[in-house]
Amino acid sequence: MTMIQSRAQMRLSIFSLIPVLLIAGTASASAAGSETDFRAAYAAAEAAEQEAGRLRNQWTVTAAALADAKTAAGKGDFDKAISSAKEAEALAKASIFQATSEKEAWKDLEIR
Amino acid sequence: MVLVLTPPRLVLAALAALALSAMQPAGAAEQPDPAADAKAFRNYFVRKFPDVKLEDFVNGPYALNEDMRRQWEEKEQFPPYEFSLEMGKEMFARAFPNGRTYADCFPNQGVGIRQNYPYFDDREGKVVTLELALNRCRETNGEKPFSYLGDEMAALTAYMAFTSRGKPFDIKIPDDPRALEAYQNGKRYFYTRRGQLNFSCATCHVQNPGERMRAEVLAPALGILNAMPIYRSDWGGMGTISRRFTTCNSQIRGVPLAPQDEEYRDLEYYLSYVSNGLPISGPGARP
Repeated sequence: MTMIQSRAQMRLSIFSLIPVLLIAGTASASAAGSETDFRAAYAAAEAAEQEAGRLRNQWTVTAAALADAKTAAGKGDFDKAISSAKEAEALAKASIFQATSEKEAWKDLEIR
Repeated sequence: MVLVLTPPRLVLAALAALALSAMQPAGAAEQPDPAADAKAFRNYFVRKFPDVKLEDFVNGPYALNEDMRRQWEEKEQFPPYEFSLEMGKEMFARAFPNGRTYADCFPNQGVGIRQNYPYFDDREGKVVTLELALNRCRETNGEKPFSYLGDEMAALTAYMAFTSRGKPFDIKIPDDPRALEAYQNGKRYFYTRRGQLNFSCATCHVQNPGERMRAEVLAPALGILNAMPIYRSDWGGMGTISRRFTTCNSQIRGVPLAPQDEEYRDLEYYLSYVSNGLPISGPGARP
């Protein structure tokens, strides 16, 4: 297979994925979030944030996303609350990854 | 391209790796050498800014940008830290209710000693900064500690820095593994990326000094603490080293540690040590 053929095939496969992703997105958006779903999402985010705290590497944006989730849940907007909690979890996990990889990676920056 | 190692090549590679590891004793690469670090640190900045005199690095961005330097020189005729300096002088001289003063807590009555802080306290096994020593002095004399981020602490340290102006930083690392560990912890903190922006202290102050970040010209790390505390126009007031560290962390979207957390104290120890020999210029002023 030539390089051009391979690229064309890749483009085709990406384009064929788009409707699938759109349908999946619509399906998840149409299912309204419940309080139970929010509690689960929030607990997962909080656990990840606590781990980041244990590594002494929390991010301000994670705390903000957790606060947003709580505010939205307080107003009964569980779709938004779940979305913010998931964002907080993703941010907390990224900060954990950063702290873990930096245990050695900091040495690359050192002036020698 | 994927490199496929056939068995003979695999064996050769494993042998080579073993030979390399045998050449370097385990842990040797980890052994900190503060004197060598300080030399390399200084050389890096001298090479990066060959036109800047060594002692001028304590003036931060003003050493690197001619326009800013002219503005600063004009400002220095009526320095914005003057009120804080006066306040610190008065506070320092005022006796506590028990009749003792700050001077009683420090060597040489607290005059001309800024260049020796932070130091490693071998009894405690930890780094003691000037801000911490001032609050300990207050508590010993029955007073509540000041906020490490507030105007009172900035004023006191401004006065003490002023009495040391021109004296070279003289930070000692005693022959004590705990002191070396504190130094190494500080170094690790300095180079570790954190916050959502994935910045380390070094990202700004080693890799990009002299460059602009929005309206600010980033200061070189060499001599960066010699001018502390500083009046920052951006803050509209004075700021301590604690304020500087916590603000840096927030700016990169990291949750700051508590002021005077052990890690911040170790960071101050490291950064001060690598600026040994450069004169104290505090209190300073920055944009």
